[in-house]
Amino acid sequence: MTIADRQGLRGAFGPRAVPVGVLLIAPAVLYLAVFYLLPLLDIVRRSLVVDGELSADNYIDFFTTPAYVTILLRTIGMAVGATVLCVLIAYPYAYLMTIVSNRTRAVLLGVVLVPFWTSMLARTYAWLVLLQDSGPIKSGLALLGVDVPLLRTPAGVLIGMVQILLPFMVLPLYNTLASIDRRLLAAARVLGANPLSAFAKVYFPLSLPGVLSGGVIVYVLSLGFYVTPAVLGSPQTSLISQLIVQELSQRLAWGSAGAMSVILIVLTLVFLALASRWLNIRALFSREVIR
Amino acid sequence: MTRSRRPVLLGIFAAIVGVILFLPGLAVIPMGFNGARTMRFPPDTWGVDWYLNFFTNPAWTGSLVTSFAVSLLAAVLATVLGTLTAFALIRHRFPGKPIVTGLVLAPLVTPIVILGLGDYSLFLQWQLTGSLPGFVLAYTVIALPYAVITVSASLAGVERQYELAASVLGASKFSVFTKITLPLISRGMAAGFLFAFVTGFDETVIAIFLSDPGFRTLPVTMYSSMTREVDPTIAAASAVIMLTTTLILLAYVSLTKGPHASGNARRR
Repeated sequence: MTIADRQGLRGAFGPRAVPVGVLLIAPAVLYLAVFYLLPLLDIVRRSLVVDGELSADNYIDFFTTPAYVTILLRTIGMAVGATVLCVLIAYPYAYLMTIVSNRTRAVLLGVVLVPFWTSMLARTYAWLVLLQDSGPIKSGLALLGVDVPLLRTPAGVLIGMVQILLPFMVLPLYNTLASIDRRLLAAARVLGANPLSAFAKVYFPLSLPGVLSGGVIVYVLSLGFYVTPAVLGSPQTSLISQLIVQELSQRLAWGSAGAMSVILIVLTLVFLALASRWLNIRALFSREVIR
Repeated sequence: MTRSRRPVLLGIFAAIVGVILFLPGLAVIPMGFNGARTMRFPPDTWGVDWYLNFFTNPAWTGSLVTSFAVSLLAAVLATVLGTLTAFALIRHRFPGKPIVTGLVLAPLVTPIVILGLGDYSLFLQWQLTGSLPGFVLAYTVIALPYAVITVSASLAGVERQYELAASVLGASKFSVFTKITLPLISRGMAAGFLFAFVTGFDETVIAIFLSDPGFRTLPVTMYSSMTREVDPTIAAASAVIMLTTTLILLAYVSLTKGPHASGNARRR
């Protein structure tokens, strides 16, 4: 006890710990109150005050304008699409990471991590060039007899989004898959299960926390995408973030842009509240992964 | 039989995924060497004009310098705030801890357009748009979660015995902190700083709101050359940014691979 007293390391349990903790956390809390919460509150204020009076007109306008509702639904649809695609691509990839040698695993991890870091904007530009009508991907598909437009279509936007979001799915998924005891699969086989049902009844249920954890973060990030749909999409594929910018830059409609922002953030928060038990931001940064 | 066949299919699949993840990154380097003013890929003719333009045209160099300054200052501020916060979260109790943790991480999941709109709305009233302080204050918010997460992870791995030992041997609280704790978490702080820097360096949406013609960051210059005037210099800019961020990633990996970053890390 005396050692701990002299050290001031009574830490979590000492009576003096509370003031120290408060002192340490105060700067960040004050900072975020002024530069995070205040801007958000300012948006809420602008959305609710019309001509100096409290009003819900901006919200009513939004939900009674079919074009706006369409964009909101499209945003949700694209987010769901991006999430599903990320799961479908990341699952086999993360699974492979669990069964290969350490060296191969390091390479597979590097392949996922490098794009995680490289500029999103630079990658989006690259897709703009690669997906264009005279670009290599279109020509490659034409050789296979497939002729589909990619740039300025939802498919093009999805390709760009999935490429950016994939690491957010692979990392938590790998963490979960790596923790599954593979002897359970062998046990299921011994007990008479074929490989498919051993996977479906044993492995997959155990991997669900990873799928959900990655899915939550990918879905939430998808809802707020701006640059990728703006560069790779067209006005016909625009998402809610673009609509918000457009309301402000073209109409200077602060109230309307504010209401859309509030709707978007409520949508995000409601989803996060429902899915919070699966949200594990730290999994993305765990030393297990970054190492 | 099935055992050997499955990994082959998976391997092919993983290779395709790898190409999709890497392809755009690698493609921007030759794109910058296009000899003509087109977006054709692969280019018909080759030249170094766009790389030269990137490093000599004041519109590009100016925004590159601005981006560096803004990201650097925001990363410093975020690392300092983040370290204090990590100490509070890992080592202390205080009222409302779960809510505060949520608040600190919230900018990560807040749609960036909303942050941009809110900052713009507020900074117009405070006359901070198109200014260095405005950018730094806004970027610190989005960089802070990364700093907190990295420093927390590092701090959680510090063995308390080292600090106790120093203290038993007569070190004051202050020198225990500066001579034991701080060196042990310095790699985590450096990693957090790099993460925070890259976050600001690549940020586009808040920058679109806060920039004005006299003060704009590199992503805004790049974005407008993608959407308005098609200036092939953007390919060179993309390649330079890509290489810069990759070098920072390598620095980050070497930091997190160190002996104090992880219990059983091996040097390869």
